[in-house]
Amino acid sequence: MLKVLLSRLGQAALVMLVVSAISFVMFRFVGDPVSSMSRENASVEEKAELRRSLGLDQPVVVQYGRFLARTLSGDLGISYRNQRPVTQLIAERLPATLELVLVATILSLALGIPLGVLCALKPNGVAARLVQAFSLIGISTPTFVTGIVLILVFAVSLGWLPSFGRGQVVDLGWWSTGFLTLSGLKALILPGITLALYQLTLIMRLVRAEMIDVLSSDYIRFARARGLPRRYIHFHLALRNALMPVITVTGLQIGSLIAFAIVTETVFQWPGMGLLFIQAVSFVDIPVMAAYLLFVGLLFVLINTVVDILYAVVDPRLRARSA
Amino acid sequence: MKTAASSPRPMSPSLMTRIGAPISVMIAGALALLIVGCALMASWIAPYDPTDLASFELINAELPPAFTAEGDSHFLLGTDNQGRDLLSAMLYGARVSIAIGGGAVLVAATLGVILGLLAGYFGGKVDAVIMRIADVILSFPTILLALLVSGIARALFPGAATAEWAPVILICAIAIHEWVQYARTVRAATMVETAKDYVRAAKVIGLPPSRIMLRHILPNVMSPVLVIATINLAAAVLTEATLSFLGVGMPPTYPSLGTLIRIGNEFVFSGIWWIALFPALTLVILVLAVNIVGDWLRDRFNPKLRVKR
Repeated sequence: MLKVLLSRLGQAALVMLVVSAISFVMFRFVGDPVSSMSRENASVEEKAELRRSLGLDQPVVVQYGRFLARTLSGDLGISYRNQRPVTQLIAERLPATLELVLVATILSLALGIPLGVLCALKPNGVAARLVQAFSLIGISTPTFVTGIVLILVFAVSLGWLPSFGRGQVVDLGWWSTGFLTLSGLKALILPGITLALYQLTLIMRLVRAEMIDVLSSDYIRFARARGLPRRYIHFHLALRNALMPVITVTGLQIGSLIAFAIVTETVFQWPGMGLLFIQAVSFVDIPVMAAYLLFVGLLFVLINTVVDILYAVVDPRLRARSA
Repeated sequence: MKTAASSPRPMSPSLMTRIGAPISVMIAGALALLIVGCALMASWIAPYDPTDLASFELINAELPPAFTAEGDSHFLLGTDNQGRDLLSAMLYGARVSIAIGGGAVLVAATLGVILGLLAGYFGGKVDAVIMRIADVILSFPTILLALLVSGIARALFPGAATAEWAPVILICAIAIHEWVQYARTVRAATMVETAKDYVRAAKVIGLPPSRIMLRHILPNVMSPVLVIATINLAAAVLTEATLSFLGVGMPPTYPSLGTLIRIGNEFVFSGIWWIALFPALTLVILVLAVNIVGDWLRDRFNPKLRVKR
């Protein structure tokens, strides 16, 4: 068990090292930090002084070491554009993105599981076919188009819901939440739906496939033979087992959703991390880009590692195989 | 997650029975061909040249489509904010989108097939290194990697060069994630083929590895590659559109469908719906058609194939 744990942690550390190296290379070699940080009419001496004070005259390995040390202590540099510490910027934007992702995940589960079950129970029914056809259209429609259409219908034409921003937010310590005010909740609806649709098809297809698989297994056949009520078989015996992989995938997808929220946040001008990142890309704000990469990388690695370790804890077969 | 490829197991029953009859596949195929054909012939069939800045008249800006009350019969689908004929811009835009999508698929497939062959044939350390890289890449979503690549490229080619190099940057940005699928599939198939007698015979008579891989193994592992490429084309076109929409793709002077939607998005609030709607519709129909054909191809030619992301 300890061996598995160590090897997983080792792997995670390796990936993070690679990610941090990429982010360091971006920091150091893409664009010249000195010319982006100094005044436009700075003299050669001033630039050399800045170069020294930033430690850019040291060997690359030393610089990388310092970069790692600074990163571990939470100092990710200063945004070229906003002239503020990147860590602070990300911390400010984090709640907006996480709340959006939370709403999207709940929505996609609440819709995806029943629809998937429907498709699995009556695969040839009219409803199932309609759902399947819609899911095909769903995967072919880019998120930003869904967002624009929703804005056109519900914000511009009907005027029911706001089309941009978070509405009124309440500060709970450093966390600003939109859950506590009416305008905050209203503002969450359209972006939440948009982001959820991206996830919905995946969950629906997964539930459908798992349900079909479970329904054809022996224990369900025996349950049927025993004459247990259908509802009990479908929802108590089958669905519970079909949901295991769904929970895993939903967990693993949270990282993707955070990254994918970039698009949704752009459409709805949602003040989250994604909008911060896309603005950094357009303004070539390298520290913010590098920090976002590090942050999302860390999130992915954390989620993957936790899931892997949980698997090893839950399933002894995996333990034996990898040991 | 964006394509049918993300389904955890092969689609069964086939799409033919899911949506109705193969007629749907034929319609989809015809639609895809129609859009691709129109796009390829854009320079002949487009009423105006949208890349010729001198041909725009600001006085014609934001004209609604010809079939609406205030429409101008010269501009069938209306004009954009600069007085550019929307239909012409869309035809040229579709060409740009398809070219970049196709280019990305080509680059990704070539790279993936080569690396997959190497990993599957040599095994050992070569395999471990290539597959480790693949694992790291797979743990990030396409869109994030693509944004990073275009962000870095922006810093490397500042100013006007970014616009000039945009298609190349986009192709690289998309291909850097997509090659993994090909590499994994080809690697698995190559491992199976390498163990077969004909490859062992070829080794025994002393053929160089490059010849064995390219002339003997490659033809036998190609068919899944073609199927993945079809499904991938739809995904690549979508990714390109997303990047252009986010403002890191094609510049407004040489727009793709995604750029047009981005331009249109700024005018949606003022009730000017056509600039965003028509390119979006074209994009969705194109991707949907390619997805339907791709799904069907996958079921038809390779029922056991599992496309991994």
